[in-house]
Amino acid sequence: MADVISFRDDAASQEPAVSVDSFAGQSNATAVRIEPGEDARALLPDLGRLSLVEVNFPAFGDGRGYSAARILREAGYTGELRAVGDVLPDQILAMRRCGFDSFAPRAPIDPALVEARLAAYPDVYQKVAASERPIWSLRHG
Amino acid sequence: MYQYDQYDQAMVDARVADFRDQTRRRLSGEMTEEQFRPLRLMNGLYLQLHAYMLRVAIPYGTLSAKQMKMLAHIARKYDKDYGHFTTRQNIQYNWIKLEDAPDILADLATVEMHAIQTSGNCIRNISADQYAGVAADEVADPRPWAELLRQWSSFHPEFTYLPRKFKICVIASQEDRAAMRLHDIGIELVKRDGIVGARVFAGGGMGRTPIVGPEIKDFVAEEEIISYVEACLRVYNRYGRRDNKYKARIKILVSEIGVDEYRRQVEEEWAHMKTLGIDPPVAELARIRAHFADPAFETGLSDEIDRSDPDFALWVDSQVIAHRVPGYAIVNVSLKPIGGIPGDASSAQIDLIADLGEQYSFDELRVTHAQNIVLPSVKKADLYAVWQKLAAAGLAEANLDLITDIIACPGLDYCSLANARSIPLSQKISERFADPARQRDIGELKLKISGCINACGHHHAGHIGILGVDKRGSENYQLLFGGSGAEDASLGRIVGPGFDEDGVVDAIEKATNLYLDQREQGERFLDTYRRIGIQPFKEAIYG
Amino acid sequence: MIIATGNDLSTGDVIWWTGNGWSRHVGDAVDVGTEGEAIIEREAAARRVNVAYLVEADQTPDGPLPHHIKERIRASGPTVRTDLAINTAIPIVKA
Repeated sequence: MADVISFRDDAASQEPAVSVDSFAGQSNATAVRIEPGEDARALLPDLGRLSLVEVNFPAFGDGRGYSAARILREAGYTGELRAVGDVLPDQILAMRRCGFDSFAPRAPIDPALVEARLAAYPDVYQKVAASERPIWSLRHG
Repeated sequence: MYQYDQYDQAMVDARVADFRDQTRRRLSGEMTEEQFRPLRLMNGLYLQLHAYMLRVAIPYGTLSAKQMKMLAHIARKYDKDYGHFTTRQNIQYNWIKLEDAPDILADLATVEMHAIQTSGNCIRNISADQYAGVAADEVADPRPWAELLRQWSSFHPEFTYLPRKFKICVIASQEDRAAMRLHDIGIELVKRDGIVGARVFAGGGMGRTPIVGPEIKDFVAEEEIISYVEACLRVYNRYGRRDNKYKARIKILVSEIGVDEYRRQVEEEWAHMKTLGIDPPVAELARIRAHFADPAFETGLSDEIDRSDPDFALWVDSQVIAHRVPGYAIVNVSLKPIGGIPGDASSAQIDLIADLGEQYSFDELRVTHAQNIVLPSVKKADLYAVWQKLAAAGLAEANLDLITDIIACPGLDYCSLANARSIPLSQKISERFADPARQRDIGELKLKISGCINACGHHHAGHIGILGVDKRGSENYQLLFGGSGAEDASLGRIVGPGFDEDGVVDAIEKATNLYLDQREQGERFLDTYRRIGIQPFKEAIYG
Repeated sequence: MIIATGNDLSTGDVIWWTGNGWSRHVGDAVDVGTEGEAIIEREAAARRVNVAYLVEADQTPDGPLPHHIKERIRASGPTVRTDLAINTAIPIVKA
């Protein structure tokens, strides 16, 4: 497994992730991997038993995984949400905002660069994660 | 006009630093071109036919004199002393050095401008009616909504890698001056029970598969517009096609699953989104709206215009549009001199127009999708002085919406996607129809040229459209009739076999001659075409 | 003949492979034979060229002339601004 960059307090899950299809039939699985085009909402009935959701990015330009991540967080998923595959340093800020809290990039990323990228913008214009305070909220108290 | 507060400024400044770092990493080899490409595109930096090209955003086509002067400064300092105003109300510079790009963005940021999301598969610059705020027929100024959407779409983390680019347009009158229904999302502000809200269209567009966007929602209240548009985008991001870039626009999704199914999915997603608290409070739109309050219009002004100079009178009849305030007028500055390059302006011309905006139009200017400039609020008493100054700079062509007011993409002279040149053809047509009396006799005729199927020159929406194609290594031009980007939106139809450059000019002349012969009282070229159909035109051209 | 072209990474200028470097003038281009891909890979890795590719051309008395109109316009400059051209002698439309 590639090195995992984690922003969680707990240790990164080592559980092997199963596919969305096989997850539905495996009552004991606690880790699942979503491919582009798969419906993250299919997991919603079983969020309680999940400790790791991997969202695969076979190519960095395919942005479906950003919606998948947000949908899981909007539904209250608090377990590890990991972006895997073609994950580039300049994407990590947007991924973090959509709810990813760990990263297993195909090509290793310098942690210092990740830190710099995450600090690149002072504020946000949108309320994407529940914890975000967008600029319009700062303006209007 | 909207002015940045400390938050907006900090975001744009951060973007400059961000791009400076990305550029440094590319130049040092830390990033490959493949990795850098989407990042530079999201900052409007293309690698074009001759050099890097930078597209600077002019949000909803509105800018101040100071901003306009900055555009001239950039052309002078970093480019070859000119810029090209585009059909998306932006400006492009054709000769940019990558090493200069961060400095250019820094200069732009000093006047609250940027190149954010002017390319890439993300939400692009929001376009709007160029007469917003001054048109006599609008229900409200669309620009506060456009600014709200601009901020919402800036660095939206979920929608940075969409299947394809995404263009949003906001208008507020029944007359559509911005080709609203040919956008991925078109918004028409309407009034219901005295309240302004958004009528929403989705899935319009040009390109290889032109579609006039269908209505998906008759009314969205201002306090819910962000969650509604966000729901539209999420459905598109999840289900828009990614297997074929020519089928990746939202128009293909909407037409493949059907507008009713798309609408149903959006409604379902919206019902969920509305519970997330993502809509800004109405106070935010009110705050933005306050920036667009009327300037200090004088009252008691005369509506008289001294028409004793015949050249001036012709220009007034062509370029001056009714303003909603007595004593004022909307002035269109043509960037279509006979034989010129549509949309190009020199640094000196940009500076001059900026000066006129500062002196005569409350410091404000607009860019139109037809690649002209507007001085939105000029006192009628000042029109003559404005005209004289424009004329001295070669900017007083009187051809608004006439056959020489041609929309043309940069074509194969500048664009690496193009199959044929657009500009030389536009120059030939312009010269053929140069006679002002002849142009006025032909009347309103929107002629639009694209150098490839991507349709940046809006050829599908031209009363006469021209599409440049590559025919066995030679430039060839297809002729289309009957398109419109206005409230009577329709898509042009190919007339017949294509032509070489001179052939297409001849064919247009035959078509306009037929129109002059066949027209009934008050009919435009488009109206006659719609009445008599394509067959007589085919016979006139090919017979 | 096959010639190699691309853009200067930093300035964006159109450039052509001369056998031992890159020139702004297509007339300096040389036939790369079967070595094209290797040259491109090596030069791009060294960041001496960006977005490089190979094009077909004819050898003429004035030097190589690309087959495709797009490449001839790249070599000449925009045909509507000859004041900015690199070489206005390049024929754009084939006779």
